[in-house]
Amino acid sequence: MKLEPMIQFRLDRKSGVPAYRQLVDQVRQALRLGLLRPGDQLPTVRDVVKQIAINPNTVHRAYRDLESQGLTEGRPGSGTFIKRSLSKVPEQQQALQRQLEKWMRAARKAGLGSEAISALVAEAMRSSEQEGHR
Amino acid sequence: MTAALETVGLGRRYRTKWALRDCTFSVPEGSITGIVGPNGAGKSTLFRLAAGISRPTSGTVTVFGQEVRLNSSEHLKRLGYFDQLRPLYSGFRVEEMLTLGRRLNSTWDNAAAREWLSELNIPMKQKVGHLSLGQQAQVALTLCMAKRPDLLLLDEPVASLDPLARHELLQTLMGTVAEQGTTVFLSSHFVSELEPVCDNLIILSSSQVKITGTIESLLADHRLLIGPDGPEPLNGVEMISSRKTGRQRTLLVRGIPPSLGPGWQDLQPDLNEIVLAYLARRAPGANHKLADDGTSDGGPS
Repeated sequence: MKLEPMIQFRLDRKSGVPAYRQLVDQVRQALRLGLLRPGDQLPTVRDVVKQIAINPNTVHRAYRDLESQGLTEGRPGSGTFIKRSLSKVPEQQQALQRQLEKWMRAARKAGLGSEAISALVAEAMRSSEQEGHR
Repeated sequence: MTAALETVGLGRRYRTKWALRDCTFSVPEGSITGIVGPNGAGKSTLFRLAAGISRPTSGTVTVFGQEVRLNSSEHLKRLGYFDQLRPLYSGFRVEEMLTLGRRLNSTWDNAAAREWLSELNIPMKQKVGHLSLGQQAQVALTLCMAKRPDLLLLDEPVASLDPLARHELLQTLMGTVAEQGTTVFLSSHFVSELEPVCDNLIILSSSQVKITGTIESLLADHRLLIGPDGPEPLNGVEMISSRKTGRQRTLLVRGIPPSLGPGWQDLQPDLNEIVLAYLARRAPGANHKLADDGTSDGGPS
């Protein structure tokens, strides 16, 4: 019997982000949000490939990457399974969200539109990522 | 890793015109490698040379380490060649095309071919000429895959198909490649379609290879720089294209600039922007000649 897959991958063909990274990020995001939990099975390489018309090597690579991050484990003959979760302590996440909402209100009050806010957030995200890489 | 397909200094001249010139690249075994270029860049010429139905004027082409000989049956056995003209017999029923394939090929997986076609809801009794273009392409691809080739040569497999049919054809292709581990070499006009299916990309323009590499390295090695008109920040980078609009200058460069002056933005280009920059970078004065480069190619490409 075939189980309904716990995650449906998508591909943003215009983002410039390598496809394997997009798959890895989608699994990490689902783990963070609690949509994927330990014990869940990821779709087989063949299923992903047939669903989104993507290179099988890309899916292999994404799955290897997730495994080396310790998030999944491959069980020979049965598939790839989630090993650990990424969801943060809820209180901490709520506090962060409140701070962000407060910041949003201040930005709106200062007359910034959604586009300007998105640009600021993207820029802050980018510079914090760069700091993280150094 | 061994090369499934390798060319060294490969060239083909038709009378006085070079359809392909000094072409050197390799397609690693087990990879999916795409080639992109405008009409008349020499893509179809390259496929015909690799399939052994045309002889090179200069250089060599090898498939799994063996030099390709004209119409060699040993060579053809390992190949699936999907011609852009899709030579299907429109008066044949789908099942008759399968019978023909079975009779003409020593290795043939008829059960798999029937299974693929039924998964796609293509009726076996239907005449090929009465199928939609998308279905015809699926039948042609099935014929190529049913002989279980080691190397699949697909010349513009999705050209002339609507977006849904394109997606479905690539789904079938990727599914069978995942099962069989076939090496694939394919051409397309659609960079956005090649990107998710390919490991490597070759950019061909005006009969020559402009650049080749993994898609990941192509993305990592190029930057899009936007800044004020004036001196350009070109230390340690190679300029691929430069556009000026009003007071702004847009550069696509290969290499990572060490530092940028004030007012410059450093962005990640997408694959399409990289490809367009290379295609636009023709030899000076060659711009108007692009269209007639193809006339000696012996057909559309």
